[in-house]
Amino acid sequence: MDALILLVPLALFLGLLGLLFFLWTLRARQYDDLDGAASRILFDDETRRDPRSSAR
Amino acid sequence: MSSLGRIAPAPAEAVSPATVACAHCGAPLAPGQARFCCVGCEAAHALVSGLGLDAFYRRREAAASGGTLRPAAEPPATDFAPLARAEREDGVHGLELMVSGLTCGACVWLVEQALAAEPDVLRARASLSSRRLAVAWRGPNARANDFAALLARLGFRVAPWSPACLRATEDEEGRALIRALGIAAFGAMNVMLVSVAVWVGWDMGEATRAAMHWLAALIGLPVIAVAGLPFYRSALDALRARRANMDLAISIGVLATAAMSLSEAVRNGPYTWFDGATALLALLLAGRVLDRAARRKARQAAAELLALQEGSVALLQPDGTTRAVPVERVRPGDRLLVAAGERLRLDGVIEGTDAAEALLDTSATSGESLPRRFAAGDPLPAGGVNMGAPFRLRVTAAATDGSLAALARLLERAEQAKSRFVSVADKAARLYVPVALTVALGTFLGWWAGLDASWQEALVPAVAALIITCPCALAIAVPAVQVVAVGALFRRGVLVAAPTALERLATADHAVLDKTGTLTEGRPVLLPDPARDPASLRAAAALARASRHPLARALVRACPEAAAAEGVQEIPGAGLRRGAERLGSAAFCGVAAAPDEGMTLYYRAGSAPAVAFRFADRLREDAGEAVAALHRLGLSTELLSGDGTEAVEHAARMTGTGPWTAHASPEAKAARIAALRAQGRRPLMVGDGINDATALALAHVSVSPAGATDLAQTASDLVLRGEAGLAALPAAIVVARRAQRIARQNIAFSLIYNVVAVPAAVAGLATPLVAAAVMSSSSLIVILNALRAGREPHAWTR
Repeated sequence: MDALILLVPLALFLGLLGLLFFLWTLRARQYDDLDGAASRILFDDETRRDPRSSAR
Repeated sequence: MSSLGRIAPAPAEAVSPATVACAHCGAPLAPGQARFCCVGCEAAHALVSGLGLDAFYRRREAAASGGTLRPAAEPPATDFAPLARAEREDGVHGLELMVSGLTCGACVWLVEQALAAEPDVLRARASLSSRRLAVAWRGPNARANDFAALLARLGFRVAPWSPACLRATEDEEGRALIRALGIAAFGAMNVMLVSVAVWVGWDMGEATRAAMHWLAALIGLPVIAVAGLPFYRSALDALRARRANMDLAISIGVLATAAMSLSEAVRNGPYTWFDGATALLALLLAGRVLDRAARRKARQAAAELLALQEGSVALLQPDGTTRAVPVERVRPGDRLLVAAGERLRLDGVIEGTDAAEALLDTSATSGESLPRRFAAGDPLPAGGVNMGAPFRLRVTAAATDGSLAALARLLERAEQAKSRFVSVADKAARLYVPVALTVALGTFLGWWAGLDASWQEALVPAVAALIITCPCALAIAVPAVQVVAVGALFRRGVLVAAPTALERLATADHAVLDKTGTLTEGRPVLLPDPARDPASLRAAAALARASRHPLARALVRACPEAAAAEGVQEIPGAGLRRGAERLGSAAFCGVAAAPDEGMTLYYRAGSAPAVAFRFADRLREDAGEAVAALHRLGLSTELLSGDGTEAVEHAARMTGTGPWTAHASPEAKAARIAALRAQGRRPLMVGDGINDATALALAHVSVSPAGATDLAQTASDLVLRGEAGLAALPAAIVVARRAQRIARQNIAFSLIYNVVAVPAAVAGLATPLVAAAVMSSSSLIVILNALRAGREPHAWTR
């Protein structure tokens, strides 16, 4: 039973970490364009740009 | 399978010579065309190749194209420069655009890459679901027009990102729902971790069990407090209005369960029920999120249609030049130049110094299909389209106090009256809430007073009865069906804008149809004439390409393969001239005009006899079929139009529509709808014009067809998209009716479930494990049943 004292809070902490990560992705508007994100992953090449302009 | 392709990658140009579709826009090619359907597509293809973005044609989904990417004949009329705003960084401007035609990931790629290839562009990012493009560049704001023109040349239609687009996309409430869902899902999973330990841990010591209970409470209580907020708010609103709704049932169930679980934790009872409460919240929130996402898609598509209609007006400066300004900035007394083919957006009169008159197509405001003449000094109706020469307009009312704005306010009031409609889910809730509460109270009294249990012990079966009667399946029964049906309709080009629109559509029993723009195309179409020489049509269309006049455009639509002729001169109000060739009015071509000729253009090449091109507002191809389908569905039909008797009678006869009324004013239309409602009928109004808007807002359910005016679209519950045609309406009714049937089945099913589960709960036999099994199994069955709502309708065509 002693193990529970360590494992249960640890499990909860990790879960909470996941929840905070989810809330961050929500705040960063990562769910606003789900269709676009689905196809964006397939664009392999870098944005072609003029070397003079600043990088993104 | 593509190993061959990898060794020798075929360039986009080398697609098989037997292509039947345009290499750029994918539209079917007419005979005689080699690779492109029009010069615009050829130029767009060259532009894409020049940028080194050929990969676009290999990447895009074939089904997504089909003519949508055909570049418009003329560049965008809006001046985008004033819309660009300066960013914090020095000399950097940003612009947000609505890009229509973004249908697949490859389009996003093409737009972003094409803009990024411009040396001064810093960022370009397009969103596929909202069609929103954000671009930032270092340089003057006038570059905005270059970017818009570049996108137009590629075949995308651009419009300023309007407040309406923003409202459709910026979905604070939707984001709050997703946040609540995340929290509820986290809570449900972690509470379950603890609960399962209690369920299987018979040998667990008293102290350990108490620790488990408090751990569950520690996770469960905050989650219930935060994730349940959307339901509590709606329940409070309902209570204030002294009504019961589904959210009230959910709130009572969840909060009572939390209270009972807390009491169980305090007295260290056998089980707490936090898992049930959090899982219930997570499941219901998932339903809400999906429901909202489905309708958000439709709302965004509708906002896109509206944004394309918005534009700027040409304000006449004191020095005689014009400047494009947004409609809102125009003040009464300002002078505007109204180009041929432009829609009037403001009330005004023809400037007195012009001896000329104006020829306006007022079909959107009055329903008349023939253009009307207005003399100088006559008040002109906002919403009319200039069919004649450009003229000067003196504005009499700003956009916010004009006739269109007054109508919009009227519509808002009518909409509020309509929101009193009670959905089937809320009807069920009105019955359900008092019954569930009575059962719970009876159980509590029975155990406490009748069986001498302690009040804490009596609370357990009472609340178990409350949560097991399960608002769950009941609450998810209707939204699940809605999600599936709205999604299925969206794929067929029907946008469902209002939350209860499907329910109302399913119960409509009488269809009131508008003529101009609804049963007909709402724009002039060239009438076929077997005696006419096809060569003269091609020559005339080549001239017509140079003009924005509505009849010239109709001519180009009739003969899209004609290439634009060089050196065409437009004589305002008369016609087009190139050398000895003339295209225009009868007088311009030296022909004696018949007194009642309707809309006609003449073409004359030198001294050859003039060729007449007659135009009429033609019935939509599927109009008769759609009316017949409505009759088969048991709806009576009626034609209500502002047009003349002859045209209305003809349309009624050709489509088989029931009784018809001509010369109906907007007030008469609204009065007719009100009279029908007073008789207890449930009228379905279909209309596209400004004159239909009040009638649309008053009707039981309203639909606007493709190409409807923005006012009609906002007043409508459903909007049909261009590709769907009128035939989508009966199909939508079939889907709506089936969705209603399935929703009722779902409600009935969850009630039957209760008949079995409630006695067990009342008898104190239910454990949290049983509750979880009952809840999830009933919800699953309800969801699986709801999936049937999206299947193809097949019966209505027969």
